[in-house]
Amino acid sequence: MTISSTAFAFVSELVRQQAAIVIGPGKEYLVESRLLPLARDAGLDDVGSLVARLQTNPDERLRRQVVEAMTTNETSFFRDRDPFNALAQAVLPDLCRRRASTHRINIWSAACSSGQEPYSIAMSVLDHPLITSDWQVQVLATDLNEEMVDRAAQGRFSQLEVNRGLPAAMLVRHFERAETDWRAVAALRSMVRFKTLNLNEPFDLQFMDVVFLRNVLIYFDAATKADVLQRVRRVMKPDGFLFLGGSETTLGLDDGFERIPIGGATVYRPRGAGPIDLPSMGGPAVAGGGRPGAPPPTPFRGSGAPIRPPAASWPWPEGSTPMRSAVPPVRPPSLPAQPPIRQPLN
Amino acid sequence: MVIDDSSAMRLILGRIMRGLGFDVVEAPNGAEAIARLQSGSMPEIALVDWNMPVMDGLAFVNAVRKEEKWRQITLMMVTTESEQSQIVRALAAGAHEYVIKPFTPDAIADKLALLGVLAY
Repeated sequence: MTISSTAFAFVSELVRQQAAIVIGPGKEYLVESRLLPLARDAGLDDVGSLVARLQTNPDERLRRQVVEAMTTNETSFFRDRDPFNALAQAVLPDLCRRRASTHRINIWSAACSSGQEPYSIAMSVLDHPLITSDWQVQVLATDLNEEMVDRAAQGRFSQLEVNRGLPAAMLVRHFERAETDWRAVAALRSMVRFKTLNLNEPFDLQFMDVVFLRNVLIYFDAATKADVLQRVRRVMKPDGFLFLGGSETTLGLDDGFERIPIGGATVYRPRGAGPIDLPSMGGPAVAGGGRPGAPPPTPFRGSGAPIRPPAASWPWPEGSTPMRSAVPPVRPPSLPAQPPIRQPLN
Repeated sequence: MVIDDSSAMRLILGRIMRGLGFDVVEAPNGAEAIARLQSGSMPEIALVDWNMPVMDGLAFVNAVRKEEKWRQITLMMVTTESEQSQIVRALAAGAHEYVIKPFTPDAIADKLALLGVLAY
């Protein structure tokens, strides 16, 4: 049975109000396919009956489930690759230089879905030669979908999921078998904090050095895109970095950002952040990603002692619940001598 | 080169690889694959099953890695062997990547992109 236009309009408006996600005409099939399992779970015959129940009964749990069912959770490890190459080859080296006195880096994965993105970020950090054990790097992973956040926090992935984009060398280094699945090892899990967060509502987080906000804006209308970008910029450090999805941009939405191409990726920085020294973006930065003829990957490249887990209070703003450092920094890492390549700022 | 003792699996992997633009040659075990290499076949990439008669996939990887002239061949295990220790053994022997069966065509494409033999 096809969803009626009235029921479709009700669901569209509910999802727009709760999550600012736009479901335009022609997406009836999407609503039908996403909500039918929810209707069946509720003991109802079809989506129309589900909508009727929502209209007559203010069931907040069911409303939240409907909104969550309409969110898209397509993801994979190191999705699109280029942003992670840029992170490893340009952004982290730049931050290691700028944060040499504090040895702290905060990264936010703002639509973490089932967790592949924040764990990919954490693996990039753990394997990075400049980030030694005396650095405190914390990844905050948030998503609108509570079920997804709970799942991501488990750090547990199926065989099919780890086959998608995760180099085998990183799989054996950062995951362990858990029956037929794979689970992130404790050192990896402890780097990532998970939290339910609706980007359409006010958020108050600690200042971030890097924000991954990828493939989220595409679901919002222009006004919401501009609003979210502005509020994300407010929680970014003045010299921070923002990654968007490949088809997303700040242009025409928030002129507080400037756009900088790094290899095959584009990064956005608060205007006035200053230049970034860019290395040449040659080979793959992700460990285990080899080219033909290249020596095979080394499965156990030691990255020293594990990075300290984040303070219990994180990610809340400094001042309200301050971060505490259990181990004082020993010394800044040695940085490779890179001739600076000044990028034109546009 | 698709090396697998299962003709059904060779058919599946062959279709995936052809769909991605590769020419495909097949071998039912490691020994026949080595014979093909010795007769001049020089694949860009070999998809290698682990458990095969005559010569298994790990022995094939070891044999290929011993020969400098075959150094350019990218080796990717595609196998049901899913223990962590097996993956480590294959990588240590010289395999570049590892895909555990069952897999999706996307997983093969993702890994090939990761290896740089397929553009994203």
